[in-house]
Amino acid sequence: MPRTLRSLLANVPYLLLLALLAAVPPFLPNPYHVQVLVFIGIYVILALSLNLLNGYVGLLSIGHAAFYAVGAYASAKLTLELHLPWIAALVGSGAIAGAFGYLVARPTLRLSGIYLTLVTLGFNMILFLVLQNWMGFTNGPLGIMDIPPPSLFGYGIRSRLGYYYLILALAVLTVISMHRLMTCRFGRALTAIRENELAAEATGVHTTRYKVQAFVVAAFYAGIAGSFYAHFMNFISPDSFTINESFILLAMLAFGGQGNLIGPVVGAAVLILVPEVFRPLQEYRMFVYGGILIVMMLVRRQGLLGGRPYSLRLTRFDGTEKKVYARGDKFFPEEK
Amino acid sequence: MFEQLINGLTQGSVYALLALGFTLIFGTLRMVTFAHGEVYMIGAYVGFEIIRLLHPNLLLALAAALAATAILGIAVELLAFHYLRNAPHATSLLVTIGISILLVNAAQKVWGPETQAVPFSLLDRLGNFEFQVGGVYITFLQVAVLGVTVLLMLLLYGIINRTKLGMVIRATAQDYEAAFAMGVNVDRVYMAAFAIGSMLGGVAGVLVGVYYNMFYPTMGGLYGLKAFSASVVGGLTSLPGAVVAGLLIGVVETFSVEFGASNFRHIFSFVFMILILLFRPGGLLGGKGMAQARGD
Repeated sequence: MPRTLRSLLANVPYLLLLALLAAVPPFLPNPYHVQVLVFIGIYVILALSLNLLNGYVGLLSIGHAAFYAVGAYASAKLTLELHLPWIAALVGSGAIAGAFGYLVARPTLRLSGIYLTLVTLGFNMILFLVLQNWMGFTNGPLGIMDIPPPSLFGYGIRSRLGYYYLILALAVLTVISMHRLMTCRFGRALTAIRENELAAEATGVHTTRYKVQAFVVAAFYAGIAGSFYAHFMNFISPDSFTINESFILLAMLAFGGQGNLIGPVVGAAVLILVPEVFRPLQEYRMFVYGGILIVMMLVRRQGLLGGRPYSLRLTRFDGTEKKVYARGDKFFPEEK
Repeated sequence: MFEQLINGLTQGSVYALLALGFTLIFGTLRMVTFAHGEVYMIGAYVGFEIIRLLHPNLLLALAAALAATAILGIAVELLAFHYLRNAPHATSLLVTIGISILLVNAAQKVWGPETQAVPFSLLDRLGNFEFQVGGVYITFLQVAVLGVTVLLMLLLYGIINRTKLGMVIRATAQDYEAAFAMGVNVDRVYMAAFAIGSMLGGVAGVLVGVYYNMFYPTMGGLYGLKAFSASVVGGLTSLPGAVVAGLLIGVVETFSVEFGASNFRHIFSFVFMILILLFRPGGLLGGKGMAQARGD
């Protein structure tokens, strides 16, 4: 069998899921349902981005919404003031978020990991206050309006369904690119750092450099999600990027599990869906998120699907799949 | 100018109280808690209810807040640290974040999301008057805030350095395994540190609430984080460092308003924190600081 066919066959369950996700939304009775699906897509990208740090490297970032915000504001500014086309703004806002990631990570990662955690929180707070108060640049709490919808080769996106397919494509791209990243040298280095930093360093992994790179990559993905959000809502204000947003992402990882690509996706989907499905819960949304954080940490620290590797490719057809993901023992050790 | 200095010191002494709580907890457990700001908020609301419903007496309100936050602190310690003693730092951190989310939202359900205030008639009976010292106007509440803060700091100093409990806390902070081997009930010490730290937070809550006469569910968020920065600036394990850093941040904030940067005054504490982390991780007054942090 040719190689491509073989890998296609091996991934049949995922392809079926993708086909389902592509085929069902046009038949949803209520456009609001599509909107919920779009939000799931955004949070899937964000959760995967945070997972790269919290799950794969074992760096705890608790202010990840900051990079989401940077992406959103960068994209709005790039399209509204520099009149860049949407696709350039998308990549550009990811790059700008990545640059901010570098600025946060480079100086703090020389020190122990807890410093980074503190600085991510501080960065989130500072950024929110700057967005809130720098009237001249961000228009303060009033936010930025009339952000143009995405368009590519002259085709503009007008409908919610169009946005849905766009975010589906972006989310799938995120999953695939992260899978590629995590199975190459870079990803193995990150896993090695998480498992045993000292041993990794001893075998020649430049731990600080890899950690900074991981941080930049994670910020890049968050920036992409932010850019999509800005063009989807056409309006952004600082309120969408509070510290609560970061905490919701943490709850998603705590629920779904981290250190693999499935857990964060499940966590994001479930935590967005639950308040939507159980309408009365909407008011108690934050209770649910806070409760999930506490209960999951006390009862099942590795999350629902965490603590074991789920390779994106189930098996190769000749059965030679190598498990490249080690168990998340150091960061979330299992009970003995 | 001198009045601004007094304002700044008043503000700063509250940060210092909160930062002391953080420092005491971190110093003993080598763990960070993110629920401290919310403990402070609950303390403020308890004081508010006492003043509003029972009797407009500042001391009574403070006592009630002390009792409530001590219990709350022990509850946080149990939930986030006691049952997760051998877990990685991140696990406890996430539980404290969860607790803080729950407390903020519980307060929103109980007291409503809007800002509440003590009626002025009651506030007057609390001592809402001002007097003049050498041409400078000082309000009674400022004196009360400064006085209570200084008193508590002296008390804390006494407890840590002069009592058996303080000795045990210091021993545990230095090396909990050795302390355990010498017969110290380490669990009890952690609980005591958490209770004392939370009580300092609760007192700060009542003082701030009455001083500005504003009580709202999210009041703990920004204050907690600022006090946390103060604690980092002070070195995270140094009690005097926390006091100096808290006062410094308070004064700088107040003067930044004076010089027209009022929109950005909240940023200073975080900028300080990041600068200190970059250039002097041991804190303002030196020391090992977070180099001793347990795990990552």
